[in-house]
Amino acid sequence: MALMDYIPEWLLIHGPAVIIVLPLIMAAVTSILPGRKPAWFVAMLVTIICTVTAFAVAIYNLKTGVDVYPMGGWDPPHGISLLIDALNAPILVLITLMAVVSLVYALPATLAEVEPKKRAPYYAAFLLCVAGLLGMVVTGDAFNVFVFLEVSSIATYVLVAMGAARDRRALSAAYNYLILGSIGATFFVIGIGFLYMETGTLNMADMGRILADLDGGSRVAKVAFGFIVVGLGLKLAMFPLHNWLPGAYAYAPTQITMFLASTATKAALYLLLRFVFFVFDPDFDYVANVLQFLLVGLGVIGMLFASLQAIFQTDARRLLAFSSVAQVGYMLLGVGIATAASVTAGYLHLINHAIIKGGLFLAVGAMWYRFGITRTADVNGLGKTMPWTTAAFTVSGLSLIGVPFTAGFVSKYQLATAAAANGWWWAVFVIVLTSVLAIFYIGRLLLAAYFQDAPVMEDGQVCTRNEAPLLMLIPMWAMAIASVLIGTNILGASDLVVGASERAANLLLGLGG
Amino acid sequence: MFSEFLADYNYIVVIILMMTGLYVVFASRNLIKKLAGLSVFQTSVFLLYITISKVSGGQPPILEKAYAKDYAGLAPETLIAAAEGAGKAAKGHGYNLDITYSNPLPHVLILTAIVVGVATLAIGLSLVVRIREVYGTIEEDQIEKADYIYNLEGTAD
Repeated sequence: MALMDYIPEWLLIHGPAVIIVLPLIMAAVTSILPGRKPAWFVAMLVTIICTVTAFAVAIYNLKTGVDVYPMGGWDPPHGISLLIDALNAPILVLITLMAVVSLVYALPATLAEVEPKKRAPYYAAFLLCVAGLLGMVVTGDAFNVFVFLEVSSIATYVLVAMGAARDRRALSAAYNYLILGSIGATFFVIGIGFLYMETGTLNMADMGRILADLDGGSRVAKVAFGFIVVGLGLKLAMFPLHNWLPGAYAYAPTQITMFLASTATKAALYLLLRFVFFVFDPDFDYVANVLQFLLVGLGVIGMLFASLQAIFQTDARRLLAFSSVAQVGYMLLGVGIATAASVTAGYLHLINHAIIKGGLFLAVGAMWYRFGITRTADVNGLGKTMPWTTAAFTVSGLSLIGVPFTAGFVSKYQLATAAAANGWWWAVFVIVLTSVLAIFYIGRLLLAAYFQDAPVMEDGQVCTRNEAPLLMLIPMWAMAIASVLIGTNILGASDLVVGASERAANLLLGLGG
Repeated sequence: MFSEFLADYNYIVVIILMMTGLYVVFASRNLIKKLAGLSVFQTSVFLLYITISKVSGGQPPILEKAYAKDYAGLAPETLIAAAEGAGKAAKGHGYNLDITYSNPLPHVLILTAIVVGVATLAIGLSLVVRIREVYGTIEEDQIEKADYIYNLEGTAD
């Protein structure tokens, strides 16, 4: 890689620490910067540096294998260690890339959405959120995961509430998210407490080793597992625990919706993978039971119910949010089948869905920016008034449905193959059925956008073409093109993400036996 | 039976507090009361962590200077070797290392968790203040009623 020649040696070694510490420190600096442009510029610079570092660390890890960074020179298991392996390196790259993409979009969007004096704190909270997400992905210490989970969550509550300038319901949505998110995090920390009782360590690799020696451990470990699964289930919007998500996504500022949809639940899902396969082991019978009955069951029910609910939504972003809950169901199904192929598919869908939903939320955000559209009933004629935005929405929407030659098809096909290989034909049927349901809720928007006439304004004139600004079009088309590239394997994009997913799955299941 | 109950006394208190907190969060329709319930719930977890760190007969994990009687009969080399074995931080020449002490790690973790809990509560309360400014009430039922027409139309105005 040509990039690697320009990365200094110390950045490769200290990269895992840099991507947490830099946004944390710069968040404090950003909050006191005057005005909008300097704050945006600093946030952009920080996320770009983080992206380059995450790429470099990921490539470096690919060459050298697992990389453990002892924080402050204290060796694990006693010190807190940061960990880079095949499982979390792609997630790091994903989070930092999404942060950059959403920030490009944010420059025009925050002008309309956030009051002037709140803009610098807005970017500061965004950087805190990024730091928290990166921290919980990169750390190798179980309690540290909780701390970073809360750093990112608390920043997220603030960011969601900032949507109140546009819609007052953002406040109650943020409040609900705070209550449920805190309960989830507290369940998680109870689980960590029980795990600490059982193993006497907080280092996740060490925990995994000791639990394997104990052959799954006593009832304490089982209780810990239950608490951790429920706590993370709340954070990743597992089906019956998803009530906070539609409100938070629908009323947050548009940039935040896009960023949350493509990273926050994904980071929580990464943690679920880490705990189920890395700390615990699917060979323990209680873990196997939870995977097979709870995660698969709830995943499938969630796919069906959330897709059905999405069809009946009147708010475009609530519709997409319910669709997100359904897509989480796909990933849980992949995790729950727990074969190498299915975990690959689940992980792949995690990456693809981040790209797809990111593109969709950006397009819907741009529609709001130009025409104030949030209702599905208002998209009439957008194919004529905002052709480029609607086209990007179409590409990402088709990808969400899973049309061939798009990213959604690649991962859904993988998942269906994995389910069929396991003999679970009913799961294949549900995957196809929910894809059909996706045709309904995405198709409803597309039909109205392309085949209805543009609305007539109050003064009797028909709405004329009013395309989104370039800074919004670039990120949404980047997402749309990325999903086509992954779907058609041009430039090896598909090989890249599939390869990363396979390495992650092999790491998880190779370790799990 | 009763002695077993006393041995698990802390855990029973933890469970009662935990369930009380969760129940208040779910049952109450007042935003402030919900936050109070959440705080009780989180605090019960602090108590759980503190309980598991207690070692029977242990004292606080603070190094003490060894008194002359503790040295009696021990060669200086033994003391130094024991001190170095205990870790670099102790550097323990002349420290009494032969004490039973409670596990300090959960205390440290809970210090962090307390900070997190305070931050969550602060954000929650400030959200309630904003909700009160906008809606004029902190009762969830009335907020939902005020938003009912919004939700029907799916738009802010």
